[in-house]
Amino acid sequence: MENHANQTTAHIEVRDLTMAYGSFVILHDLSFTVKKADIFIIMGGSGCGKSTLLRGLIGLKEPAKGQVLYDGVSFWDCEPDAKQVIMRRFGVLYQGGALWSAMTLAENVALPLVEYTNLNPAQIKELVSLKLSLVGLAGFEEFYPSEISGGMRKRAGLARAMALDPDILFFDEPSAGLDPISARHLDELILELRDSLGTTVVVVSHELASIFAIGNNSVFLDGETRTMIAVGNPNKLLAESNDHKIRSFLTRGEQ
Amino acid sequence: MDISFSLDADNTLVVRLGGDWHIEHGLLSAEELEKKIASTPHLEKVAFEGRGLGEWDSSLLTFLIKLKHFCTQRSIILSSEGLPKGVARLLHLASEVPDKEDAHKKVGRAPFLSRVGEATLEAVKSAGEMLAFIGEAFLALLKLLGGKARFRRCDLTLLIQECGAQALPIISLVSVLVGLILAFVGAVQLKLFGAQIYVADLVGIGMAREMGGMMTAIVMAGRTGAAFAAQLGTMEVNEEIDALKTLGISPMEFLVLPRMLALVLMLPLLCLYADLLGILGGGIIGVGMLHLSPAEYLHETVSALNLTQFAGGLIKAGVFGVLVALSGCFRGMQCGRSAAAVGEAATSSVVTAIVSIIVSDALLTVIYDRIGI
Repeated sequence: MENHANQTTAHIEVRDLTMAYGSFVILHDLSFTVKKADIFIIMGGSGCGKSTLLRGLIGLKEPAKGQVLYDGVSFWDCEPDAKQVIMRRFGVLYQGGALWSAMTLAENVALPLVEYTNLNPAQIKELVSLKLSLVGLAGFEEFYPSEISGGMRKRAGLARAMALDPDILFFDEPSAGLDPISARHLDELILELRDSLGTTVVVVSHELASIFAIGNNSVFLDGETRTMIAVGNPNKLLAESNDHKIRSFLTRGEQ
Repeated sequence: MDISFSLDADNTLVVRLGGDWHIEHGLLSAEELEKKIASTPHLEKVAFEGRGLGEWDSSLLTFLIKLKHFCTQRSIILSSEGLPKGVARLLHLASEVPDKEDAHKKVGRAPFLSRVGEATLEAVKSAGEMLAFIGEAFLALLKLLGGKARFRRCDLTLLIQECGAQALPIISLVSVLVGLILAFVGAVQLKLFGAQIYVADLVGIGMAREMGGMMTAIVMAGRTGAAFAAQLGTMEVNEEIDALKTLGISPMEFLVLPRMLALVLMLPLLCLYADLLGILGGGIIGVGMLHLSPAEYLHETVSALNLTQFAGGLIKAGVFGVLVALSGCFRGMQCGRSAAAVGEAATSSVVTAIVSIIVSDALLTVIYDRIGI
């Protein structure tokens, strides 16, 4: 295994993680760390288990083996209440936005605030407006998810993920279904969030342009061996890795 | 689709292809050519002569691929030199990546015993899931009683409106007609004895004890239970339920609990309304066909009914409400991640609800009989 990452204080640590559906192992023996304010990319070809790994990290699918530690606390060994405390520290942007379709955009963004803060409705409204304008959706408060475009839904999903100013943001294929310009705007927004708020970002992606533009660390999953075959800065991996699978992926099969 | 072949010197079979190859004209069988290849001794190479080829499409390619497989099996070289460039390239592309053997899905029927076994295991698993769901729903209910359940009050009012007021037209229609039918069937028989006045008893007791609750529940299973299953199923497909979970909000409290509450609160009320309209329907037959006076009919109905009978029906309606809501929500939460799965969830929620309504009705009727209600 190649390891180009510097080992300093870990924010998220994955230890010997194995993900499986019944007896069918999707990924095995994953170990890597994500440092604070990293933009960490989970990459690999289609069907290599990127989304399954993400589900293991965000608490939707219990791993068959191994641990996921948030600041040293093992998520899957926690009591439900402690789990909730950890979950409150992160926001997730799902592939299609996953907005609650029965609620307006404002209600979508407001729900985390209503559930977890003691703010009064006026204050919540102010915060919601702020979050929506950060993603360029000012004035869309009263729209329902079905009334806006796919790209806008994604941005609204991001506004909701940021509602509680989370320490960690997870993105599932952020640029999927976006035009090149919107995809770049989203990349810039991710960098901005990291730089201004110090948010740790974990991105599942196979968009090379985006991977090289924002990622400062990454794990490369291989569908054939069903495990990780490299960790490190994607640009460094491109420059230094000799593994043909990694080279082939990072150069669109040209090398 | 012209084809001819001749044996050359140095053990080469030259295949001449000509004319237009179109998929609309069907696929040409390679059998004749294969026979020729198989029957030629010492054949080393198959070559093509494609100058006479007109337009061509996949029909030519499938023909060539079949031929290529056949030749490969017999270690005969298939030279694509004489083919047009496009054909040669596509042929190369199609045979470049070998078939991934484990990629083929096993099709075909499993033996009878293993199918029975699989179905049994599936049934056991599904029963377990249902029990787990009921358990979770109960815990959510306890949380509600403790004032700690998290859901939006405005969702509950909206659902109550959907399951209550908006169901009134269809419930009205169905229960008036059920009352009418009950009265009609009874009237034909009772008239024989000159006892047509007892139609009022028959309709009143029938509606209050049985038909009001059951018909309302069945209508609500089709109308609301299926809607719950489809709503929750679509939320599952769109990852909306995942989004709730990662926010630390239990979908059981946030989505299932208000739906259950709305149905359990509204079904007895709808049942009461259905009872009254059923009696009205019976009255139409009594007055219109049996020439009873409205006052007579009303008086007979009032004297036949008592509160216990209404209460028995309303308790049943409450139980049916729980069952309809449970099966709708259960099937919705269990839904797979595809459009077809949402359809299946809606269908199976109705089936589960109706079966459980009838079974529980039978049980309750026996229990009522035992305790003498």
